[in-house]
Amino acid sequence: MTRLPIRIEKGVYIASSASAAGKNEKEGPLGSAFDASSDDDRFGQDTWERAESEMQRLALDAALGKADFDPSSLDAVFAGDLLNQCVASNYGLLSFGIPFFGLYGACSTAAEGLILASLFCGAGAKRCAAVTSSHFCSAERQFRFPLEYGGQRTPTAQWTVTAAGAFILTDDRDDVRIDASVRAIPRIAAVMPGIAVDRGIDDLSNMGAAMAPAAADTLTRYFSAGADPGEFDLIVTGDLGREGSEILRDLIASTGRDITRNHVDCGMMIYDCDGTDRHAGGSGCGCSAAVMASNILPNVRAGVLKRVLFVGTGALMSPLTVNQKGTIPGIAHLCDITGEVTREAK
Amino acid sequence: MNTDGKTYKKFAQARARKSPVLKNCAAAFASGGAICAAGHGLRTLFSSVGFSDADAGMLTSSTLILIAVLLTGIGVFDTVAKHTGAGTLVPITGFANAVASSAIDSRTEGLVPGVGAKIFTVAGPVLVWGISAGAVYGVIYYFVTALR
Repeated sequence: MTRLPIRIEKGVYIASSASAAGKNEKEGPLGSAFDASSDDDRFGQDTWERAESEMQRLALDAALGKADFDPSSLDAVFAGDLLNQCVASNYGLLSFGIPFFGLYGACSTAAEGLILASLFCGAGAKRCAAVTSSHFCSAERQFRFPLEYGGQRTPTAQWTVTAAGAFILTDDRDDVRIDASVRAIPRIAAVMPGIAVDRGIDDLSNMGAAMAPAAADTLTRYFSAGADPGEFDLIVTGDLGREGSEILRDLIASTGRDITRNHVDCGMMIYDCDGTDRHAGGSGCGCSAAVMASNILPNVRAGVLKRVLFVGTGALMSPLTVNQKGTIPGIAHLCDITGEVTREAK
Repeated sequence: MNTDGKTYKKFAQARARKSPVLKNCAAAFASGGAICAAGHGLRTLFSSVGFSDADAGMLTSSTLILIAVLLTGIGVFDTVAKHTGAGTLVPITGFANAVASSAIDSRTEGLVPGVGAKIFTVAGPVLVWGISAGAVYGVIYYFVTALR
């Protein structure tokens, strides 16, 4: 049976988005766009886990402020991070008192949250939020080595991004605050949930290669259902990194389609990847969340981008399963985002 | 696109940028050599002020450990080690860094469940298998000498 995309007939709109980011990210090419940052990546907290929670709080707070929504008006928040038991989300969003769903989709969580929040809004909820984060220091502790450990990384290794992104969704177009700079309101028109794909990659330092087949699978299914890659101003993956992006373009080309002209990857956008320590680019569910919240969606609102495919990609592994000789499955969730031109801009 | 796992793995590996092995080896040779030369200098120094050979050796190791731990504590060690690689990892400095960095990292979970439980997370395998190998060697040595 062919799985078709889920089209959200009732309009579901992204009312606002915001981000918080660490020092390296602030110094990167998108630095000026982030809403909050911290010079020492601690965000005034005494542990890295609390720092990550604080980023989520700051991002959601900023997004609520931009939308001019009170937290009590939100029906649900879908949030996730990379830490065991989703602690960054649990603690970070505690103070808002919003009904909470914790998610884990590795680096695909931002797209997973957007999908679930949009379907929730499409099914009767009024306002929902999706929030995700990752923190280099908390992720490094959990997945790799102690922070001060002196080791070398391979060139294919990705760098976990210290950032959080928050999105506020509404089912009512008139609910969206419009100012003079807004030419279009981002609408989530369709979603395509990902299927986990395992192609036998077992290298923790080459997760782009583990995720690329999943991204190719989801995109190919979406294109087969009637969309052409050329219809989109951008196809945004997050976060395949350098090798993963190249593999994805090749895999898509093997199906007779071309995404080389409009494909970008959040992991390659957030850092200046040449000549830095970032190797194959950024990763972590805060990466695509922050890039979408502070770069892609503002460009949709400004009318620069009219239609965007956002494909969140995650490597569904743990160091434990890799030590047990397990391979690394990838997953990719897709959101089709269209800018609906505002009446004022018409 | 419908390649099997093995073909895909090969394809992906072929795409992967390789580590600069020659450059890494040269950096490791130079830095590791420099650390060992410095160690030898320390040993000579300790011997010249009157310590026995055994004491001078132990003091040399302790001094190198102290320096590596201090550099780890002030956040310099990992910055250097990403360039020097095995040069700083293989001498006793690497072991000191592995223990100190684990201790620093788990400080937020307290002295017992944090530092106490996690201090040998990275260095533990070296201890377990190093000591085990030493014990096995000791047994072999015992019998070989007994048979003589």
